Amino acid sequence: MEASLFEAPTDVAGAVALLAGEEGARVLSGGTDLLVQMRLGAGAPRMFVDVKRIPRLAALRIDSTGLVVGAAVPAVEIYGNEQIRSLWPGIAEATDLIGSSQIQGRATWAGNLCNASPAADSVPALVACGAVAVIAGPKGEREVPVGSFTKGPGKTVLERGELVVEFKVPAPPPHAADAYLRLIPRSEMDIAVVGAGVWLELDGKGVVKAARVALGAVAPTVLTVDAAAAALVGSKLEDAALEAAAAAASAAATPIDDKRGTIAYRKKIAGVLTKRAAKIAYERAQAR
Amino acid sequence: MAKIRVETTINGEDVEFLCEGQQSLLQVLRGDLGLTGTKEGCTTGDCGACSVILDDKLVPSCLVLAAETAGRTIKTIEGVAHGQTLTPLQQQFLEHGALQCGICTPGFIVAAEKLLERNPDPTEAEARYYLAGNLCRCTGYDKIIRAVLDAAAVMREQRA
Ligand code: FES
Ligand code: FES
Repeated sequence: MEASLFEAPTDVAGAVALLAGEEGARVLSGGTDLLVQMRLGAGAPRMFVDVKRIPRLAALRIDSTGLVVGAAVPAVEIYGNEQIRSLWPGIAEATDLIGSSQIQGRATWAGNLCNASPAADSVPALVACGAVAVIAGPKGEREVPVGSFTKGPGKTVLERGELVVEFKVPAPPPHAADAYLRLIPRSEMDIAVVGAGVWLELDGKGVVKAARVALGAVAPTVLTVDAAAAALVGSKLEDAALEAAAAAASAAATPIDDKRGTIAYRKKIAGVLTKRAAKIAYERAQAR
Repeated sequence: MAKIRVETTINGEDVEFLCEGQQSLLQVLRGDLGLTGTKEGCTTGDCGACSVILDDKLVPSCLVLAAETAGRTIKTIEGVAHGQTLTPLQQQFLEHGALQCGICTPGFIVAAEKLLERNPDPTEAEARYYLAGNLCRCTGYDKIIRAVLDAAAVMREQRA
């Protein structure tokens, strides 16, 4: 086997030039998908572009407009951040569910998103919070909502020479909060059968003013279920509203049958987790 | 092709090695550097046997490229004990008989040291979750978890 080239640019322009110039170049941040695929027979890429030395990609900051997380920030730094845990608890929960403690020392949101697995845990939580991915490439920068970033299993909107630079998550307005739940057959170390992220904003009287519901692992890409969100808006999460949201989530799900769950089971669970995550988000939003 | 020259710090010492772009830190530690305390189980991030500390983070060294570690700080199982003095965690593994073949042990020790640094008083559930990425095929997890919890108690006493 021919040895791979290894580059570690220190700015975004340098990374873009390498990725645009070498067709076989692959972005290396945590390596928890890329290096695993290499070991499992995909072969080593012609060139690794280690992006962890680019300051913007390694940075995490929180201000009044929201959260900016660089594409190379590992999971442990995200869910370990007290401010993130308190402002975006659902995002922190989802990030804390990715892999083992060891994997969390490496894995990044950008990798989770670019790997484009329908079951990525961080993705529904980010979509529920209205997160946007900032992409840099030969033609400059562009922003793509996380919810429209993946095109199918293993497929994304990224074009030759492009990479994810950072994520922007808007600050929650008053009385708004998120939650994420996933179901796995074991208690740890497994891939989601269903994941559900819910974000709710309440008015001063506890009525849901705005909502977002995102489901993972029940379709080729993350699903944004507007009908489920609409069922929650105008309610105080009474049973009828919760049942309607669950029915909408189950109806929107188009899962596959596999050893982790059947189609019927996944559709049912999509509704159940939507309800439960909505209740948690509601309690959190009320407490704010 | 010319190999990549890497200068890094391992267990407090400046180390220099040559590697190829696709070589893992695990391969270089065990092969070129003779630091065979770090074990190879799966090479795909699933077993925890290769756990090391890279710039203060617990990572699987099979999923770290050796070339990435230039200028970084690495701690392996060889750097855990203070000279001939075992840490409370190492001592408790011995006292509990928390190892049989020992392949998983260095990874458990490195990971559990990090757990107790982050959380000096973990519940059993917290310890089990934190160490869920460390697999053991022979001892079973009860003795390992008991050793970790008792080490935590010893360390709290020492600090008090
Ligand atoms: S050898 Fe690295 S996790 Fe198994
Ligand atoms: S002691 Fe043999 S694998 Fe754990």
